Amino acid sequence: MNITRRHLLWLLPAAAVAWEHVLSGTPEASPNYQTSQHWWAMLIDLPNCIGCGNCVRACQAENDVPDGYFRTWVERYHVADWRLETPQVDSPDGGKHGFPPAKEEGGKNFFVPKMCNHCADSPCTQVCPVGATFISPDGVVLVDKTYCLGCRYCVQACPYGCRFIHPKTNTAEKCTLCYHRITKGLTTACCEACPTGARKLANLRDPKDPIHEFLKTHSVQVLKPHMATYAKVYYNGLDGSVR
Amino acid sequence: MNLFRDAGHLFRLAAVFVAGLAFFLVVRGFLVPKTFGEYGHYRGAALEEIAARPVNFAGHQSCETCHAEIAEKKGGGKHVHVNCEACHGPQAKHADDPGSIQPAKLDTAVLCVRCHEANAAKPKNFPQVVSADHSNGLACDTCHQPHSPAIESGGAK
Repeated sequence: MNITRRHLLWLLPAAAVAWEHVLSGTPEASPNYQTSQHWWAMLIDLPNCIGCGNCVRACQAENDVPDGYFRTWVERYHVADWRLETPQVDSPDGGKHGFPPAKEEGGKNFFVPKMCNHCADSPCTQVCPVGATFISPDGVVLVDKTYCLGCRYCVQACPYGCRFIHPKTNTAEKCTLCYHRITKGLTTACCEACPTGARKLANLRDPKDPIHEFLKTHSVQVLKPHMATYAKVYYNGLDGSVR
Repeated sequence: MNLFRDAGHLFRLAAVFVAGLAFFLVVRGFLVPKTFGEYGHYRGAALEEIAARPVNFAGHQSCETCHAEIAEKKGGGKHVHVNCEACHGPQAKHADDPGSIQPAKLDTAVLCVRCHEANAAKPKNFPQVVSADHSNGLACDTCHQPHSPAIESGGAK
């Protein structure tokens, strides 16, 4: 067969695509872990949260989060009587060392742990100009540190304020849902350290996971549903004043 | 082939384009990471790299393989659902090498009040004390056994 220039023009792009597949090779899968079997989520059962800060400390110990930065933190809400629109929120050092007694009497007081919502349609992933942040096939929003430019678009884009720039590496940092743990069959550090079971890791693709029964039988809400991020951190008993 | 009679310059131009395209593809092949695009618009190998991070919290399952008697003691008490490392901190190093790495001794004066110090924002059904009034300065474990804290359950030392 004679290959003319015209043929070559057609063949080259196809060859490039084929070559890329040759280069990428077959990925080395973690033993016994299949991404297709998991779609990770978190359940936060607010009536059980005692604001002890165990989750914050555990997260920092597990993931070497620098002081003053948080992948998860606990907020305390104070809602005076009917003032649902203007709650007072405090979070001294992310709630790492617990909370001092409330300054104001009366009203409604409660704790709200916050973390990355691992949105199924996450704004932070959409704005990344280089493909450094992504949603893994099992539903975890992750950052590829070696690819991140540190441009901070994602920090601005996250409606939940869950990202920061690491002061040493100057790359975006966030909750990985303890990806190094959950792929080994362990739960996240915050869930492991939570003394009251207020945090529960859930696999939505597992029909036997108790999350399904819980979601069916409780009034569960996500944060900022109007942002249509399809957040996967489900809050049970979430008060309307929480932002 | 009248159509291509004076078309030599077109072929030369096409050759320049082809050379340019080939150059682009070769350079791109070197610059784009091998696993980019494996699962989506990102480097597929990043998944394995992130998953390879070492674990600091061993998990209560691995604690219980050795400390079955503590798990049993906890099983009868109110702290049954409190995982070991909630109080003892991350112990993966100890779990890997129990002989040479020992967990630090815990101070109940710090530990118990983290959860049980009274605070208006805590759930009303959660047991809370004002530590200054509660024990006259006695350490919590004078009366309460942390693994099974109720006094009537034989918790007192």
